[in-house]
Order: sequence, then C-alpha cells, then structure tokens
Amino acid sequence: MLTELSLNILDVANNSIRAGANLIVIQVSIHTREDILTIKIIDNGHGMTKEQLSQVEDPFFTTRTTRDVGLGIPFLKQAALITGGTFSIKSKPNVETLVYASFGLSHIDRMPLGDINSTIYTLVLANQEIDFLYVFQCDDKEFQLDTRSLKDILGDISFDTPEVAEFIRDYLNDNYNETAGGCNF
Amino acid sequence: MKSLEELKAIRESMQAQMGLRNEDTNQTRIVVGMATCGIASGARPVLMELSKIVQEKGLSKVMVTQTGCIGLCQYEPIVEVIEPGKEKVTYIKMTPEKAKEIVDQHIIRGQIVSKYTISEDIG
Repeated sequence: MLTELSLNILDVANNSIRAGANLIVIQVSIHTREDILTIKIIDNGHGMTKEQLSQVEDPFFTTRTTRDVGLGIPFLKQAALITGGTFSIKSKPNVETLVYASFGLSHIDRMPLGDINSTIYTLVLANQEIDFLYVFQCDDKEFQLDTRSLKDILGDISFDTPEVAEFIRDYLNDNYNETAGGCNF
Repeated sequence: MKSLEELKAIRESMQAQMGLRNEDTNQTRIVVGMATCGIASGARPVLMELSKIVQEKGLSKVMVTQTGCIGLCQYEPIVEVIEPGKEKVTYIKMTPEKAKEIVDQHIIRGQIVSKYTISEDIG
C-alpha cells in the first residue's frame, strides 16, 4: 500500500522511466475553491497499445516478467475514486502518455500529498539522463522545476555534486512552502 | 521564491572543480529498486539517505541511482552495490540506518556487511 499521493506519483513516474521516456512532466494542482487536487504525469515513452490500455487498470496485468501482478495503477485509481475523483490514462505510443487523477480535496479518505519534494528530488537525482518538468500549483501561486534549465546552467556538472544537490533540495522545499503557504489543504 | 540565479552563482564558484556527469568506468554504483514493491516498503527514504551520505562524505566516484523491480519483492527495499571488477552485492530489507552502515563499511572501508546481504538471508 502506498500511503501518500507523492509515493503514488513516484511509482507512476517509474512506469514512464521504464517506458524509455526522456521527458517526464509531473503536475500537481490544488484548487481550494473548487475543492479539487489533480495529478498529471505526462511522458514521451513508448506508451501503450489499445489492448494494454484496456488491461492496465487490472491488478493482475503487468508487462513485467519478474512478477505477475501490477498494483501501481490500480492503487492510484482506487485512491482517486474513493474521494469522488476521476482517473484516466491516454496513450499515443511513442508520442505521449498521460496519467490523470483528480481527488476531492477535503474528502476524508483523500490520502495526504506527503513528501512530494522527496519524490521529485529522488527522481531528478537518480535519473539524470531523463529530463523532468515539475509544476506545483496552489490556487493562484505556482512554481516549477525544469531540469533542462538546470542543465543549461550547469553544463556537465552533475546534480549529485553536493552544492548542486543542496540547491535542488532547498529550491524544492522553499518554493513549495511559499506556494503552499496560505493555501489551506 | 528561490530562483535559478543562485544556481548560476554556484556554477561560477565551482567553475574549476570536477564532478562531471560523464560515466566513469571506475565508478561504483549504488542501485535502489524503485518499483511499486520497493516504494511501498520504504525505498524512497533509503535512496534519500544514500544520496545524502554520499554527498556528505564527498564520494565523487560513487553514483546513487535507481532501477525497477528486481523480482524479489518480499525482500524490498533492495540495494545493489556494483563495484568495477567485482561481483554485485545485493542488500535486502534496507532502512536508512542500514544504508548508512553500508556506505560506511562497504563503500568506504571495502567490507561487505554480510548480515544484510541476500545470501545471508536465504543461504
């Protein structure tokens, strides 16, 4: 069981990585007036055929050869639906695959977002060959982290150089606090 | 809001330094399993801790990275240590504390922490 939405995001993003994506967009939006939280994960990996798409929400379907069950997508779908939310996956093979989930923000069964900054940090640091665009929105405020801009500045300096890693951690934490501050969820 | 201007300053201050992204053949890789099974059993804090200690200790020849499902879901979180020219070592049921021990003992001192390896557990 994944107990935070941010762990579900990490899990779904790992499907994108396994699909050979080189750009993964992760968007988390909170709209307090509409009482909704949405998660979008878009990648340019190899995607899924119609047949795979029709099976992917079934826990007993997986493309993996190392085991027989695939719980990631069913977990996220269930987490969304029990809050009165929606869930969808769309895929154009090799072009774009979109996973979308919406949640009733104030619903008692909505999982906490959890440590989203650690999810993004982990993805960015452990997969430096892949680009990530992360967007976090809360009502009228938003911030983003685009690893392509980081690489433009850094050239061939690695993200796991201590000074750079610390910057990425602080950038995520400070901007999250500022964006989420005053936005009650 | 924190901006990327700060990163430019960091970049300039380290102009002369190394830390290049190119894959060195002498590099040790620490690989964390990050599929649903790994994540559900606590792989994210393990990876965060590994990344933190490797930076703190200035281990520039060590890369912390991730992989998908290794196929031993009941033993997650799993950490593999792959050193050049040596056999891969698989550590199971990791926690941030155990991960720290592995960096101190195995990565820095070259002593495999047998009590956490898979061969110790299943023989």
